[in-house]
Amino acid sequence: MSDTIFALSSGRPPAAISVIRISGAHAHLAAESLAGRLPAPRTAGVRELRNPNTGELLDEALVLRFDGPASATGENVVEFQCHGGRAVVDAILETLGTIAGLRQAQPGEFTRRAFENGRIDLTEAEGLADLIEAETESQRRAALAVAEGGLRRQIERWQERLLVLSAQAERAIDYDDENGGIDRGLLRDADELANELGEWLSKPRVEPLKDGVLVVVAGPPNAGKSSLINAISGEDRAIVTDIPGTTRDHIEVPLSLGGLPIRLTDTAGLRVADDRIEAIGVERAGRLIDAADVLVWLGDPSEAPRHPRAVKILPKADLASRAPGAGGLPVSSLTGEGMTELLAEIERLARFILPADDALSLNRRQATHLHEAASALDGINACVDLVLAAEKVRVARVAFDQLTGRAGVEDVLDALFSRFCLGK
Amino acid sequence: MHDVLVIGAGHAGCEAAAAAARRGARVGLLTFRADDVGQMSCNPSIGGVGKGHLVRELDVFDGLMARAADRAAIHRRMLNRSKGPAVWGPRVQADRSLYRAAMVDLLAESGVELIVAEVSGLAVEGGRISGVVADQVKLACAAVVIATGTFLDARMYVGKQVCAGGRHEEKASVPLARQIREIGLGQGRLKTGTPPRLDGRTIDWARLEEQPSDVEAWTMSALGCGGAQAQLRCAITRTTKETHDLIRANFDRSPLFAGAIEGRGPRYCPSIEDKVKRFADREAHQIFLEPEGLDSPLVYPNGISTSLPIDVQERFVRSIAGLERARIVRPGYAVEYEFVDPRRLNHTLEVRDLPGLFLAGQINGTTGYEEAAAQGLVAGLNAAASALGVQECRFDRRTSYIGVMVDDLTLQGVSEPYRMMTARAEYRLSLRADNATSRLGEIALAADGLRQERRNQIRQHLSQRGTNAWARTEEGAADELYAPYVERQQREWNVVQRDSRTWIPRELDYSSIPGLSNEMVERLEAARPETLDQASRVAGITPAALSALYVAAARRTAA
Repeated sequence: MSDTIFALSSGRPPAAISVIRISGAHAHLAAESLAGRLPAPRTAGVRELRNPNTGELLDEALVLRFDGPASATGENVVEFQCHGGRAVVDAILETLGTIAGLRQAQPGEFTRRAFENGRIDLTEAEGLADLIEAETESQRRAALAVAEGGLRRQIERWQERLLVLSAQAERAIDYDDENGGIDRGLLRDADELANELGEWLSKPRVEPLKDGVLVVVAGPPNAGKSSLINAISGEDRAIVTDIPGTTRDHIEVPLSLGGLPIRLTDTAGLRVADDRIEAIGVERAGRLIDAADVLVWLGDPSEAPRHPRAVKILPKADLASRAPGAGGLPVSSLTGEGMTELLAEIERLARFILPADDALSLNRRQATHLHEAASALDGINACVDLVLAAEKVRVARVAFDQLTGRAGVEDVLDALFSRFCLGK
Repeated sequence: MHDVLVIGAGHAGCEAAAAAARRGARVGLLTFRADDVGQMSCNPSIGGVGKGHLVRELDVFDGLMARAADRAAIHRRMLNRSKGPAVWGPRVQADRSLYRAAMVDLLAESGVELIVAEVSGLAVEGGRISGVVADQVKLACAAVVIATGTFLDARMYVGKQVCAGGRHEEKASVPLARQIREIGLGQGRLKTGTPPRLDGRTIDWARLEEQPSDVEAWTMSALGCGGAQAQLRCAITRTTKETHDLIRANFDRSPLFAGAIEGRGPRYCPSIEDKVKRFADREAHQIFLEPEGLDSPLVYPNGISTSLPIDVQERFVRSIAGLERARIVRPGYAVEYEFVDPRRLNHTLEVRDLPGLFLAGQINGTTGYEEAAAQGLVAGLNAAASALGVQECRFDRRTSYIGVMVDDLTLQGVSEPYRMMTARAEYRLSLRADNATSRLGEIALAADGLRQERRNQIRQHLSQRGTNAWARTEEGAADELYAPYVERQQREWNVVQRDSRTWIPRELDYSSIPGLSNEMVERLEAARPETLDQASRVAGITPAALSALYVAAARRTAA
């Protein structure tokens, strides 16, 4: 039985709607774990998609179900038509990737399955040539992007270290007949590499740079959130960009602030009076606050939610009742007082989560493979069997090969032969 | 009239002949000299890490090598004993003359006819092999296996001396090499070398570190036909600074560095002059002194293969501890020979463009007895299949080192002599020397042609798996140790298997497939993968290209 595969099957986000397709024997099961009960075959239903592990809401989406063989690929298929924001799509794809038995589809794989199962004919399938070009183009773009940051060199350095580790292990296996036990130095080096990869994985990634830094304005009802947003987007310093907003739950204003891409967001749900809806609104606001890269809090400073990058402001500074200096930055949307300071503070905090201009940062694909490599090496320090240590290094190497598109054993042998004097 | 004729009675030829005969073919084995059957031209040992795995696999198919090695063993060692069981490597030192005798006996038992003649050409009719020309006489047959080792247009080098020949005091196959070139198979030249042989009576053994034979009783063959030979000791010594100085001073007299030899040598088995040159900072290199036999005083100093002139060999040997008075009986030499690009072969080792012709052993760019013998098995089984119209026998990477080797050779080709190493096997954790019967037993039974004794042994072994006592066996314990890792690998393999069921038509025109780059087309043309899975291992082939290939293959099959 083949794997169940998934992929974004519409164009690249951002877009109004994105279509994520899952195909294979486990497609229904996997979709259910995100969306709950699926609609009847060949019908659509609105479902909340949640991360099955954390319960976190990913998006509200239109879910379509098809039962094989009456589907595009001839297998069981589920389609999520979700919001087309990059963050939403990424979060759903990432979640699908954590489900056992599911993997990202390779280019052309849906089409191949459709053809295999007799769902499309040759003329259609031969459109695959376009796919190859698309793949090449995306590789070229990816390569360019990577080359620009010098990340390629960093990745090559890691790969080189892995090759050396592999070569050391393979030499000991294939050529050392001495019964000296396992080489602790090798394990230590591998462990060090795993730690280094871990550090890189925890560094700022490029997605905020592409998607924008999420700045969430929150506070109790009538605190002046909307006025503040209007005032900020009216400021000359903050240029409102014309990238379309992506979500319906809250207002999102894309801005460019000191050259940084910002998504300025209001927590709109808080203002609805009805109790039940109010509760939902509070919950959503809570989630937004958690997701915020920068939080702008308009309430009592002592009641501000805990957040690593928060600006506490005292709004409506123009009102006489407002006493300055009570633990917040006085700002008036009306007179513009404190506005410059506020924007400067947001910019300063935003810079923390963005990679520095000259720093190297990872994109999702790179992070995925590096993560694979790091987790393969995890625990290598405790290995007592050299063969298993070598297997861990091999799996890590395969992850890097997928990243750089280079294939394996010959490289190891080259490293082996150039470094060690072998042969009796 | 023969069904199968095998040219060359070395390790590949003997196994090919016996394997074809076991499947019921009438087999003739052609050799220059009757004495050459099963000759160990280089080191007197069989097995090792990776190589021992090959021998055990060969044994499951009732091959000869393991049984002959057991009968001739004078020293046994399970290499890598301190490492995981996946890489334990059984190796024996074999008495040269006992080994030859055992091989002759085993061949005779399998009903192979030995023919002493020089083959000067192949007979081809209607695009298919129809026989060979031996001593001006045409011998008709349905399939031919060429297993000429290093003898194709071979040249031996000692210093500036050059002579034609594939082994000490033996000739070369020049006319056959010409014809192989004419049918477009000649690829290039490779080189290998051998150390000088020493007179063991002139070695000061008392001063050297001993390497005793294993105490545990184990055998190469699962049939356990262990020889009760006296067990000899090997010894270890090292080169000295003086050795290195002497060699360095004579670089200009080595045919390797003087440019006389164009063929590429194996990087993993370099000559001593190579080691001194490339690893100048090393103060000493290890040498294993291996006795060649019970009745022979010859000792094989493993580690100092060389083609330096005789006077230099004599001087540097005497600069080594324990060898100060050692006498060289036969100088070391380098041999350069012609080989064929193995990408011209199918996974059955049949030449793609000339049905009925199979190639096995060093002619395919490999080195080593075990690599040769294992290919002999593949070629022999399939030459019989071709001649008799029975089922082909294929090996895959997941279940055997034999499969790894054939796949590497026929898809990647070689740029230096190919030697088996466990690093080449991505499924190494499940390819152990101790579980060859479990891995390949069913396939061997299905291929037919096993002797009753072997069939019984395989069936008995397979029936023991899954019993309660199994976990307590060495093999069962190793299964358990690697189980979680093997499970992960099995998932990788499932994908491979699906693709391996998609056959690519032989005559497929890659350049007609939309979307393949010129470079991809070139590489696919050279490797001519038989299945989609094989295509995925050709360097530079992307997943999308595979999809396009799949569609094209399916269209051709349907048409």
